[in-house]
Amino acid sequence: MAHAHADHHDDHDHHGPDKGIMRWIKTTNHKDLGTLYLFFAFTMFFIGGMMSLVIRAELFQPGLQFVHPEFFNQMTTMHALVMIFGGVMPGFVGLANWMVPMQVGCSDLALPRINNWGFWLLPAAFTLLLSTLFLPGGAPAGGWTMYPPLVLQTGDAFPFLIFAVHLMGISSITGAINIVVTILNMRAPGMTLLKMPLFVWTWLITAYLLIAVMPVLAGAVTMLLTDKYFATSFFTASGGGDPVMFQHIFWFFGHPEVYIMILPAFGIVSTIIPTFARKRLFGYDSMVYATASIAFLSFIVWAHHMFTVGMPLAAELFFMFATMLIAVPTGVKVFNWVATMWRGSMTFETPMLFAIAFVFLFTIGGFSGLMLALTPVDFLYHDTYFVVAHFHYVLVPGAVFSIIAAVYYWIPKWTGRMYNESLGKLHFWLSAIFINVTFFPQHFAGLAGMQRRVPDYAVQFLDFNVWSSVGAFVFFFAQFIFIYNMLACCYGWGGRKRDLTDRVWEGATGLEWTVPSPAPYHTFEDQPQIGDDGEPVKVKATKTAKAH
Amino acid sequence: MATAAPNKDRYFVPAPSAWPFMMTIGLAILVLGVSNYLESKSFGTIPMLAGLALVIYIVFRWFGGVISESERGEYGKQVDMTYRWSMGWFIFSEVMFFGAFFGALFYARTLSLPWLSGAGEKIETNLQIWPGFEAVWPSNGPAALGGDFQTIPAFDVPLINTLILLTSGVTITLSHHALKEDKRLPAILWMWATVALGVLFLYFQVEEYIHAYRDLNLTMGSGIYGSTFFMLTGFHGMHVTLGTIMLIVIALRLMKGHFKPDSHFGYEGVAWYWHFVDVVWLGLFVVVYWL
Repeated sequence: MAHAHADHHDDHDHHGPDKGIMRWIKTTNHKDLGTLYLFFAFTMFFIGGMMSLVIRAELFQPGLQFVHPEFFNQMTTMHALVMIFGGVMPGFVGLANWMVPMQVGCSDLALPRINNWGFWLLPAAFTLLLSTLFLPGGAPAGGWTMYPPLVLQTGDAFPFLIFAVHLMGISSITGAINIVVTILNMRAPGMTLLKMPLFVWTWLITAYLLIAVMPVLAGAVTMLLTDKYFATSFFTASGGGDPVMFQHIFWFFGHPEVYIMILPAFGIVSTIIPTFARKRLFGYDSMVYATASIAFLSFIVWAHHMFTVGMPLAAELFFMFATMLIAVPTGVKVFNWVATMWRGSMTFETPMLFAIAFVFLFTIGGFSGLMLALTPVDFLYHDTYFVVAHFHYVLVPGAVFSIIAAVYYWIPKWTGRMYNESLGKLHFWLSAIFINVTFFPQHFAGLAGMQRRVPDYAVQFLDFNVWSSVGAFVFFFAQFIFIYNMLACCYGWGGRKRDLTDRVWEGATGLEWTVPSPAPYHTFEDQPQIGDDGEPVKVKATKTAKAH
Repeated sequence: MATAAPNKDRYFVPAPSAWPFMMTIGLAILVLGVSNYLESKSFGTIPMLAGLALVIYIVFRWFGGVISESERGEYGKQVDMTYRWSMGWFIFSEVMFFGAFFGALFYARTLSLPWLSGAGEKIETNLQIWPGFEAVWPSNGPAALGGDFQTIPAFDVPLINTLILLTSGVTITLSHHALKEDKRLPAILWMWATVALGVLFLYFQVEEYIHAYRDLNLTMGSGIYGSTFFMLTGFHGMHVTLGTIMLIVIALRLMKGHFKPDSHFGYEGVAWYWHFVDVVWLGLFVVVYWL
């Protein structure tokens, strides 16, 4: 996106960007880094998507047709690692990079060089991880959860897996500290905590989760490393350890991790729905408290991933009830989104369509999660396609739809050009229909007993899998409409003009809509002032004064 | 309009920088080397050392750059506060990192060992797989991995180490108070005293490891006791090493005339880190050596 500096008109800019590739390598600018994060995330979505297509092609019919079972296992493992750590998390960090400084009214993130480091660690980590596909023994194939003792059988890829996770962890922790500090320390005067935009709030809480749990993951994989190479026995019963201990430590990270992947999505949806309903967000304070409650609860529910490993009954009951509690703050959120739309002056531009689809489809994923929370029935659901359907409903039409919605919503602000609405609607309907074609039948396959992570299946599951594979292929290729539409905004393809007003969307509120479209390379070198009503009172005056 | 004028004190936006990218390259080469080394490939050592050298060089350059920016007075109040928050949350992330290993120790002692000896509903585990195993601490598990071993008594060298670290917490505070009263010489001397105590602690730790391996047959392979013992004390020792290097840098900076009585966050950040290392040791002393 070379446009960002081509015509920026910010004359305070005494250290402009370098030219060519060095600009991106050396940049300390939050907008450049946000762009890099987003390009990286969508590249990883593409690679992870290709892996999912290998899985779906193999599962199109029973029996083994395309790949060796070992390679199938590598695909399920790598698909998850790439999508979680390479796609969803960097996608949200990219959005935070772009939007948090603009939404709190400061010029950049608090630690711009650390921000650069946090980004460039990711290509290094994923080069290490993806290179394992070409090593003797292939990529890790023991599942993304890396359970011992199976994961310890990984070949040459094993240390690459561990160190890739370490590098991703450093990236996440530095990114999270940066975001926390920016939000706490660099807000515009007058923006009290309860006047912050909800995307900022959800990211603040997400960043706390990251700081708290990424080091735990680092500790867990370090213990795997020493178990394999330095004769320790953390996860070996003969030495007094316990493989289940790894699962506890891993899921102490892993459950907050799933909220790390959904809380920013809540923030995005809470931003988009009020804009296109042309009403204030219903229950702002309760949204904040609900987000904080979900974050707190995420630390005391981890063992619901492990109901079948043989825990004491008291633990099974505790984790069941704690998990079901999460439905309460989540219900508050869904109620608030619906109440925001109630009697609003609704229009249905593409970001709004994705946001509404989020509310519907994420709720389906939430309900199946509630079913999985029930210990006795989880013994039947565990490791079936029902679980696969559940977490794909919360991650794809949940997290991924929200990233897509956010890109549609803010790309006019980033590039100064409007996307093509017809293509956007086409993309939405193909995505919304075929994501359900892909994942809805997996509920039935799972309830009928189909196991996950197996390349073959009994013939009675055929119809569900045919639907699922067809849906996956159409969904995957439909995303290229989106990629084209967004790149066209970046590069001005098809004669797209930069003719947008500052506010772009009629109902949009917040500081980012008070600066020009595209946003100048450095926004808010002059601090905006937030009034008692939460609106940016003096910004307009400042800008008008500059224009004359 | 007070807020309209560009306020140089308000935001510090650094120029584009190649340090972070080079740091990543260094780390990538380092872990590539370590991976190959662990898998016993032929080309592990050279990339490992080269990567490490590059990382150390970049750390030196990067911190050097930050120090000169600070000494040139480019940082205002806001940057100061940014560093305070960042250091605080960085230390919190370190606490969580140690938490994983403390958690492993807790889990092994209160759950996995009793279960292996048949506690609770796990009687069949004991009868069928590990008959006759009884959970006592210290333990190297039902297969007695690594053979018989002895442990290091708490009220011996570890107690001395505890006193050394607690004393170093006092000396660094004396140094800090001297700096705040602008008495540079005592500030420098107390800081070097802190460094000396850190080095002494490390010396005793190394001696303890040699003693454990050579005389006590206590190794990383000594079942869950050896695993948790060396993982916790080892990572703590690495942090003390890092902390001591940071203290040396601060002592040298004091001697060069850096820091002002009312503005010296580089100093305070290192002091925070040192206290964190100290507190982790207290936890170690109680749950690893003593109980």
